[in-house]
Amino acid sequence: MSGQEKSWKELMFAAVSPKPSTDFLTGDWKTFTPVYDKEKCVGCLQCAMLCPEGAIIWNAAAGKVEFNFNYCKGCGICANECRVKVISMSMPDKEE
Amino acid sequence: MTTSTPISQDEWKFTAKDAALRPDLFFSGHRACAGCGPATVLRLIMKATRGPTIVTQATGCMEIVSSIYPYTSWGLPWLHTAFENVAANASGIEAAVKAMQKRGKIKQEHIDVIALAGDGGTYDIGFQALSGALERGHDFLFILYDNEGYMNTGIQRSGATPTGASTTTTPAGTVQPGKLEKKKPLTDIVLAHDIEYVATATPYYWKDLMIKVRKGLEIKGPAFLHIFAPCPRGWRTEPAKTMEYSKLSVDTCIFPLWEVVNGKRALSTPSKIFQLSPQKAKPITDYFEGQGRFRHLFKPENKQLLDQLQEATNKQWQKLLKQCETP
Repeated sequence: MSGQEKSWKELMFAAVSPKPSTDFLTGDWKTFTPVYDKEKCVGCLQCAMLCPEGAIIWNAAAGKVEFNFNYCKGCGICANECRVKVISMSMPDKEE
Repeated sequence: MTTSTPISQDEWKFTAKDAALRPDLFFSGHRACAGCGPATVLRLIMKATRGPTIVTQATGCMEIVSSIYPYTSWGLPWLHTAFENVAANASGIEAAVKAMQKRGKIKQEHIDVIALAGDGGTYDIGFQALSGALERGHDFLFILYDNEGYMNTGIQRSGATPTGASTTTTPAGTVQPGKLEKKKPLTDIVLAHDIEYVATATPYYWKDLMIKVRKGLEIKGPAFLHIFAPCPRGWRTEPAKTMEYSKLSVDTCIFPLWEVVNGKRALSTPSKIFQLSPQKAKPITDYFEGQGRFRHLFKPENKQLLDQLQEATNKQWQKLLKQCETP
């Protein structure tokens, strides 16, 4: 250490986390997967606003919401809060 | 407050689609539990920012899950600090920004400073720093996300834990039915500092929440926002019902939504309904049901306590209505 020690002026101001957390996929945490009827979705965006993960994306061109299963933790808030009740939580088959 | 200016009357207007298209400055991939209420709160807050913003955050669940090395969930300058001094830290940032603006080192007209803390970092540990910063009148927004306990360290009681709730340090049993003390009236204490903007919000009413965040940022001088954020792990509820409890807390008048602008207190729309038609308010048992921390209250021997809690809630609500009439 001695001789090569940096002076305090050369050090970084604070500890820095170098990577965005979007590199860390949390999608494999889930037990249940949201499944929804795209035709019946009215695009009220209640699910997208209340999702804790930001895993529901508004596709303005299609006028529908889309799920990002890379981050969805399968909590089921979207299914519970959907105003037209078109989202349901399902357990995927193990064989698939 | 001599430095503050009244809030402009034209409110920030936006639709759900505008809000959904705003960039997410609190990234996905954070490691909060499934169904985390505070995570939704942070996403909504970050969507409501109006430009260059610096966030400083006290230790707590949301600090831990968003900054596990080498990952960070923050798309803006973010500074972690200890439990005690988040408000002091925000004061320092605000003062530094002001000094650098004076010397021409920063060109931006305004840089918003947000201090974030949980109920432990606000009600209990960080309280003196908050009080000091409010008294000095720094231009920052203090946001408290209240999940009613020290959830990060294993669900201990805090000053925000409501009466009757079972936590690991106030376990319900034969000796006592959960926490015996009342919840600290923090917003009233903050209001007593005579600051310009104090409001309460909850994530189910996300539009209301976002408008309140924007108002708090726009005002010059300190602003305080108390956000009620259900915690499925600590409250022992189903993750899917997080937002349902957020709604029920307002519907049962346990957590009424109001704001104080320029010293005048007014109920916000979701709570105003219960002022105009009180018969629509739900009994508190609707809110307690399904929450594991209140499960013991439904035992026959605790019936009396349940009645007392309903009475206390009604009393609080009536008091609030009076405060809204006469500021």
